[in-house]
Amino acid sequence: MNLNIERIDNGETQELKLAGEIDAYTAPQLKEALLPLTKNEGTTVVVDFEGVNYMDSTGLGVFISALKSTKENNSDLRLVALQERVRRLFDITGLDSIIDIESTVRGGK
Amino acid sequence: MEPYKFDVNNYRNLLKKYIASQDEKSLYQAEQFSKLSMQHNISPEEIINVHIQALKELYPDLPTEIDSSMNFLLETMISYGLAYQEFQSLREKQGELESEISIAANMQQTLLSTTKPDIEGMDIGAISVPSHQMNGDYYYFVTDESNNLGIAIADVIGKGIPAALAMSMIKYSLDSFPDTMRSPSVILEHLNRVVGQNVANTSMFITMFYALFNYKTGYLQYSSAGHEPGFYYCAAKDQFFEIKTKGLVLGVSCQVTYEQLDITMEQGDMVVLLTDGVTECRIGERFIETEEVLEVIRQYMHLPAQEAVESVYRHFERLQDFQLRDDFTLIFLKK
Repeated sequence: MNLNIERIDNGETQELKLAGEIDAYTAPQLKEALLPLTKNEGTTVVVDFEGVNYMDSTGLGVFISALKSTKENNSDLRLVALQERVRRLFDITGLDSIIDIESTVRGGK
Repeated sequence: MEPYKFDVNNYRNLLKKYIASQDEKSLYQAEQFSKLSMQHNISPEEIINVHIQALKELYPDLPTEIDSSMNFLLETMISYGLAYQEFQSLREKQGELESEISIAANMQQTLLSTTKPDIEGMDIGAISVPSHQMNGDYYYFVTDESNNLGIAIADVIGKGIPAALAMSMIKYSLDSFPDTMRSPSVILEHLNRVVGQNVANTSMFITMFYALFNYKTGYLQYSSAGHEPGFYYCAAKDQFFEIKTKGLVLGVSCQVTYEQLDITMEQGDMVVLLTDGVTECRIGERFIETEEVLEVIRQYMHLPAQEAVESVYRHFERLQDFQLRDDFTLIFLKK
């Protein structure tokens, strides 16, 4: 399974729309797309998870790196439209307490 | 078949036979010739050179155009020859690396090995199956003089050799705790600082569940650093309950406190600890649901604990289209 990444440039808000699976194979591709965006001061990076039906812990590693980078570069990271299964992963790992995650959850798998 | 000789005469004879008969057998011999040439590190341009010589011997009045074209071909093959040499040396290096990794994996096994304690009135089973050569999962048992058993189960995210190194760090930190300081939340707070200081600026992190169990009283305290929740089976109610506490994964933020909860285990109760390799199992395109995992556990939990965890693993392994995508670790603690 692949991961499609679509970037929408709205100036100070940079959006990444993801579709597919985030795992050990696709995580490097995500990291490459996400990390540079977090390096611009004042930018809000919004990651849209609506099309993501699976993510494993390798994917979490990418968001941890991204979060660290927002702290260093004074930018923001926001995750939106997470499916339940993916949302659970952020919940169990406690990462939902340090990453801004939109509270509405999309059902289904 | 004539014994193989790597020289121009041999090649010339083969070529002659083939041109006369155009038979399969000569083609097969040509294939053998090329395989043996590779084994003897003969480069492609050397074979073309042999071809030119053989051709000239067979047809002394070869048109000069053909002759020049063969020389032209020879030149163009030289880079292929170099690439082939490079390939050979890379292949050797890869072989060396593979053997080093397998030595390292064996060392990891030895360094990290933990002895499952033999405690009267307790039955403990543990299995850990790596999905690759190096296992990113880890479990650890320690006992003290005050009838306590400490159990850690951890998953290092970020695979391979760096993960194995991080695991050794965890193991030695755990070893260095004095018996009096083994409260789960204190241990996780300390480990979080150790990991944070040592794996900063990477995407590596560690999840861990730590339990301290008094096997005389059945009192079990536990804390979790973002680890997959385990289960508590209460025999009196014949039900499984999730054991889950709030706590961030290790190595992400320095100032973290870990919630600590407790239960008291009675006779016939069981605690199940696991990693996400168990709960994230897939059968074909489908994920295994928690209820299914619990059903499988229920099916085998009457067995002695070690046999039971092994049976659960084998149960999943036998399923059609089962893929072990992540390391699989399962611990049963039966009272």
